[in-house]
Amino acid sequence: MPKRIENVGCPYCGVCCDDLVVTVSDDGKKILEVENACAIGNQIYHHATESERVRLPRLRQPDGTYKEISYDEAIDYAARVLYNAKKPLIYGFGSTNCEGMAAAAKVGEKAGAILDNCASICHGSSLLAIFDNGYPSCTLGEVKNRADVILYWGANPAHAHPRHMSRYSIFPRGFFTGKGHKSRKIIVIDPRYTDTARVADIYLQVKQGYDYDLFNAFRTVARGHEIPEEVAGIKREKILEVVEIMKNARFGTIFYGMGLCHTDGRNHNIDIAISLTRDLNDFTKWTIMAMRGHYNITGPNQVWSWQYGFPYCLDLSKRDIAHMNPGETSSIDLAMRGEIDAFFNVATDAGAHFPIEAVKELRKHPWITIDPNICMASEISDLHIPVGIVGVEVPGIVYRMDNVPVQYRKVIDPPEGVISDEELFERIYQRLCELEAEDAAKERVKTTAEGIPAED
Amino acid sequence: MSELLIKNGFVFDPLQGIRGDRMDIAVKDGRIVETSALQHPETIDASGMTVMAGGIDIHSHVVGPKVNVGRLFRPEDKLFKSPLKRCNRMEMGFSVPSTFKAGYDYARMGYVFVNEAAMPPLHSPHVHEEIRDTPIIDNAAMPVFGNNWFTLEYLKNHEIENNAAYTAWLLRATRGFAIKVVNPGGTEAWGWGLNCENVHDPVPYFEITPAEIIAGLIETNEHLGLPHSVHLHCNNLGNPGNYTDTLDSLKLAEGYTPKNNFGREQVLHATHLQFHSYGGDSWGNFESRAPDVIDYVNSHDNITIDIGQVTLDETTTMTADGPFEHHLRALNNLKWANTDVELETAAGVVPYIYSPKVKVCTIQWAVGLELALLSKDLMRTFVSTDHPNAGPFIRYPRVITWLMSRAARDATMKTFKWLERTIDATSIDGIDRELDLYEIAQMTRAGPAKALGISNTYGGLAPGMDADIAIYALNPENMPENPEEIEKALSRCACLLKDGVVTVRDGEVLTEPPKRTVWVDVKVPENAQVQRDIYEHFLRYYSVNLGNYSLFEEHLFNPRVIEVDTTQ
Amino acid sequence: MKTVTLTMTNPPELYLEGQNITPDAFAGKTAAEIAAIDVWEGKLKSPLGKYFTVEGNGGATAAETRIILRGDCSRLKRVGQQMTAGEIVIEGDADMYIGGWMKGGKIHVKGNVDSFCGLAMEGGELIIDGKAGHHLGSSPRGEWRGMQGGLIRVAGSAGNDTATFMNGGTIIIGGDADIHVSTHAEGGTVIIKGNAKGRVGGQMVKGDIYVFGQIENPLPGFKQVGEVEQEVDGVKARFIHYIGDLGERHPVSKGKPVYGNIYTRI
Repeated sequence: MPKRIENVGCPYCGVCCDDLVVTVSDDGKKILEVENACAIGNQIYHHATESERVRLPRLRQPDGTYKEISYDEAIDYAARVLYNAKKPLIYGFGSTNCEGMAAAAKVGEKAGAILDNCASICHGSSLLAIFDNGYPSCTLGEVKNRADVILYWGANPAHAHPRHMSRYSIFPRGFFTGKGHKSRKIIVIDPRYTDTARVADIYLQVKQGYDYDLFNAFRTVARGHEIPEEVAGIKREKILEVVEIMKNARFGTIFYGMGLCHTDGRNHNIDIAISLTRDLNDFTKWTIMAMRGHYNITGPNQVWSWQYGFPYCLDLSKRDIAHMNPGETSSIDLAMRGEIDAFFNVATDAGAHFPIEAVKELRKHPWITIDPNICMASEISDLHIPVGIVGVEVPGIVYRMDNVPVQYRKVIDPPEGVISDEELFERIYQRLCELEAEDAAKERVKTTAEGIPAED
Repeated sequence: MSELLIKNGFVFDPLQGIRGDRMDIAVKDGRIVETSALQHPETIDASGMTVMAGGIDIHSHVVGPKVNVGRLFRPEDKLFKSPLKRCNRMEMGFSVPSTFKAGYDYARMGYVFVNEAAMPPLHSPHVHEEIRDTPIIDNAAMPVFGNNWFTLEYLKNHEIENNAAYTAWLLRATRGFAIKVVNPGGTEAWGWGLNCENVHDPVPYFEITPAEIIAGLIETNEHLGLPHSVHLHCNNLGNPGNYTDTLDSLKLAEGYTPKNNFGREQVLHATHLQFHSYGGDSWGNFESRAPDVIDYVNSHDNITIDIGQVTLDETTTMTADGPFEHHLRALNNLKWANTDVELETAAGVVPYIYSPKVKVCTIQWAVGLELALLSKDLMRTFVSTDHPNAGPFIRYPRVITWLMSRAARDATMKTFKWLERTIDATSIDGIDRELDLYEIAQMTRAGPAKALGISNTYGGLAPGMDADIAIYALNPENMPENPEEIEKALSRCACLLKDGVVTVRDGEVLTEPPKRTVWVDVKVPENAQVQRDIYEHFLRYYSVNLGNYSLFEEHLFNPRVIEVDTTQ
Repeated sequence: MKTVTLTMTNPPELYLEGQNITPDAFAGKTAAEIAAIDVWEGKLKSPLGKYFTVEGNGGATAAETRIILRGDCSRLKRVGQQMTAGEIVIEGDADMYIGGWMKGGKIHVKGNVDSFCGLAMEGGELIIDGKAGHHLGSSPRGEWRGMQGGLIRVAGSAGNDTATFMNGGTIIIGGDADIHVSTHAEGGTVIIKGNAKGRVGGQMVKGDIYVFGQIENPLPGFKQVGEVEQEVDGVKARFIHYIGDLGERHPVSKGKPVYGNIYTRI
């Protein structure tokens, strides 16, 4: 009898749908059917058992080919790379569980590494804005139950977060929003007329790169001052109309995406969006939320914040104190400037996502990929270590885009012998401890760093 | 079989009425035993030193989502403010420490049990992940109920049994410890940007008042017979003139008597009372009303309090009182984070600087101390800073020093810019009382353990209890002249035994014995209506599935369960 | 004043962090003792002498100590961090955080610097003959108390995010400034001799910005209120006066709101 597994969390996007039903074959080896998921989520499950999987670590040979090696050999190799590098970078973590992230941090701390996650090239600019201006936000259920005005800015959930609008924002009927879509006003601001814009009541085609100016205009109007005839390609009357709608909302939410946090000014666009949200709370209730990409890219921000107080771009190289300054300690900047001498690509694909100059610079040094799948990064690595797929083969906690933890299940076992990210990092940690002990035994002079101590 | 004998210390154990007697404490296999039960013990020489049970913190925000917002959005709280690593893991942050730093720092102060003050139920997996990463100390966490839609709906119709069944379900779902109430009704009103400013201010839509919520939850708590009482953060926190609202809240406990098997004697714990004891009607004529509030507490045995002492530091405020944090943001214009949680609660986070140069801050400082020093029963009055709201918990030794030394208070007051006005607006200058170590043991061990209903295990040194023992380099017969020496001795205990393991020596953490998660499992009669209500609410209003809401067993770290059976 | 000359003879493979290269750390030390001071290359801590030759002893105090850096210091960070007095001369380019958290004394860089220089400066002088990178005289992440005092003078252009959360002091940029100048500022003065690209004074509460050239994209939250004649960095000129950011909160002093000011030269 095939087995139906309910309440399955989807390892695709930050919407973290947890209502999937997955049917698994009698022998527990094949995924037969996935219900409730979007097309992309569906594909992740089927890919897990239909495609040819890498079952053993693969080490690059002098002739350029890969040779399969044991996990023990791979763990030793990885630990030695970390141990010998002056400034290794461990990056990724968009697609794994929090248990894996916590274990990786242990390794990073022991190895004196830079620890960074995909936010570095994604919503890191949102984090910078949060540092400077806070984050008046809410959970997605609040939006569903209360919101009567929804504003999408530089986000296109119709494509990037397929079930966002139906589960949380535009369409669902909640406690105070029994009429669903009919009870809500939808505003979309985007330089492109997207599929999301098609469902909007009001669409503002902001001039590319002028988002900050438009926010500035909204804020200026909200405080009762005059603005020019046209700002950022939008007529004054339209701006006044939207401000009135926002001030008269019962509960509003600004959802913003990479269209806002990666155009000119980056974090400042988010910063001023937060300022606008603050201002609107003097009139009524408004909240703001980043449309986080991967299903658990919010996870490392949470885990490393409670472990070190920093959500990304952690420089642990001083070994006794952590430092963070995106712009310096961010993966791309480090790579482009040649500050890194070993690279771990974990649960992501830096080969595909990083600028080619950064990849070239990193490729001068050892490059290790830890990922279930074959990807661009795995194909240019010196070592590829396969792991189980979280949400399919490995359970664990993930954080949704609104920072709500969701407990993910496994529906099948990983391919025989394949271990989880967490186990892998725990074993690399053990190996690092052994290397350290071996060196200590050899009485080699050890360098223990001292960072910048606290001012007493 | 490990055996330890702590020899010749001055022992303070209010649970047994031991007042600084010179005696030995015996430990075997993690428990305290009669000295006669030991055969070949290792000894720890505590002569000339103070021996107490490990400290118990009844109210501290150390783990969970809003604490983590505080960490995440304040990188400047780390910069040049973090100590260098000296244990297993780095220790980052000042006002909002990393989980590792929190565990180590509590242990260094001789604390062993910390009750997380507010757990948003939807975020319980997050709370438990952080508990896992908080070394050494045992943790419990209180889910918030005061703005929970189920609670509001049941109590509106005074359905105590249904509310009790839901409460039991939620405690189990979140692996929670007690009923926490934060700004009852007001936080739900914040869903619309509103607030409930007094206990009779109705909650929008829900047709219930804060007073009805508080009374209903007290009834629920005693119906269930939970170890701890209702733990209340009153309405209208932090505002001039709020002491009348506080008295109105406390009066709701009148007529209720505790029903439980855990030795608890109160039906209401009013937390961080300092923030709720203000007179005046503006910041201009802001003044202390601590004497009025503590007079009421003194004469009502069924109430316990913690003080929420302002420490005069730059800190980070964080509370499930969303409207208050929004209000604070408008006062200091600093960055503001807010997290409304569907059907349950709403928290805010804002940095705050308690400056000795600001009159309101120095009056607040005096209010907390007045509450403690005017208290007539220190078994019902506990040390807290509402960490990190009024200051970080690492300042407890300083707070205790202020309580023990008039000279220490005077030295601090000398730094006040508005000293005369502070003296005029408070009674602090007229108080000469200096507490002794027995009274401090009441306020930091015995009292909170009893109020939490865990005094059979924690907070004392009687045979059979956990061998959680703190030794301080303080000689009660020869206390240091310089109050700073008291603070130093309390900050870095000479020795801490956790479960019988020597964990701290001379203020340094030596090892990390396994910590526990303490939670309360209540057995109630089956209740089909409540089950149906839960099913319906998840189907319609929550954004996660019911099947994923309750904490999975694999995410509960080293549990210690306290069982309550109401079906017997 | 005594002079210590450091010459980079063995450059790092990666980058070097030299937060101990300050008159404060060198004062009272001999050349040999200075050569033993710690610097970091990633996780590797080494004595300064591994990378530099050291000539000359430090003065008795920081104020009596001058440090001259020679050789290729373009991969050297954090020189002069938190210095309180004395003098540092860097004879070529330098990397990030030069003069960060500086409280007093003087740093003169004869080449270019990278980002985060003069970060959270409290006092003293930072003189850069070349260009500056991003976040010049800006605030550390999350810190709302940015530059408090002192003078930063850059002969060339500056990158983006100059003077974020500025509270006091003066920044003078000889060339152009990229986007975001004095964002969130609550005081201080920024003088741009060239052009400013845009987002000048966004979310600004208080403070002054002078632009001798053009602001390519002025913000809608600034309003023209008149013309003034002023002497700015030794130049007397007429300026158009704007106030703003009108979208931001503003304190009230003596019954009147206090705004941020932008002056553009006529």
